[in-house]
Amino acid sequence: MSAALIIDLILWASVAAVGFIAFRRGPAVLKVSLREGTMDFINIVPRIALGVIGSGYIAAVIPQQIITGWLGPDSGWLGVLTATIAGAATPGGPVIGFSIGAVAMKAGGGPPQVIAYVIAWALFAFQRLLLWEIPFMPARFVWFRAAVSLPFPFLAAAIAMAIGKP
Amino acid sequence: MIVIAVLVAVSAGLVWRRDGINGVTEILTHDLSLFGGILPRVLAGCLLGAFIAEVLPHEKVSRSLGPNSGLKGLLIGAAFGAILPGGPFTAYPVASALLAVGADFGATIAMVVSWTLIGYGRAIAWELPIMGTEFTLWRIVISLPLPVLAGALGRFVYVRIYPKGAPE
Repeated sequence: MSAALIIDLILWASVAAVGFIAFRRGPAVLKVSLREGTMDFINIVPRIALGVIGSGYIAAVIPQQIITGWLGPDSGWLGVLTATIAGAATPGGPVIGFSIGAVAMKAGGGPPQVIAYVIAWALFAFQRLLLWEIPFMPARFVWFRAAVSLPFPFLAAAIAMAIGKP
Repeated sequence: MIVIAVLVAVSAGLVWRRDGINGVTEILTHDLSLFGGILPRVLAGCLLGAFIAEVLPHEKVSRSLGPNSGLKGLLIGAAFGAILPGGPFTAYPVASALLAVGADFGATIAMVVSWTLIGYGRAIAWELPIMGTEFTLWRIVISLPLPVLAGALGRFVYVRIYPKGAPE
């Protein structure tokens, strides 16, 4: 059984579980939340369509070598800074982000720099903020969260340098 | 939306100039199948968010995840983000629901950051196969303190920017 299938099962099991709790509160509660959830879904589909179908093109025009070339093992804190910016600028889904990280490692990138890259990408990849987070959440919260997250790729790189891993 | 649409159109144009029409359709088919695969999960995420918003007792949420929930609230947010199943299509609707029922920015930040950095979904599905076990495990170990720190920093900044509470 693949990991994706397991995750789907857990996801739908959680939906069924909270749905059941809603139903126990009364069929009206279930009906209202079903309608709200469906409306959210209908509103969000066009934005996601644009994001998912469009991100392939954006990723295809940004050359990956440019991103990996900046993360050398002797690049120090400047490399960490570059990695953080590169992580924020990387378009596309998890395959692209992690693949660039893997290529950077293979091409001799320093582990703290690659850690900073992966964490910056996970925390505030610009395209994900715009395409995923803003449609679902209040914009004020999204920008606030991204701003607050800024120090953490550096902190993670510092921890990686201090413990000498991975 | 418009900015992104323009960006996508320009990028598609560049791909077309570089790789011809085949390059354009290849990416389109790949992304369309990705989109089809994601849709049911988006529906699951929206339903999960709506159910949670309806089912969670508001005053309990504001007590355990609200502005005065202290370190415990941040830890609960972080733990919740770490075990939450699914991708962005689950995490963001659920986080939005938490905000709506009384969680503060700090606890919600802890949850979202924990979901991105520690959540097992992305790590198992993508990071392990691509980056390898050692990198992934160490990356997660290093990330462990970050959600609570981010939530605490968020709270610290928030009360200084909005001393009188959120402007609505």
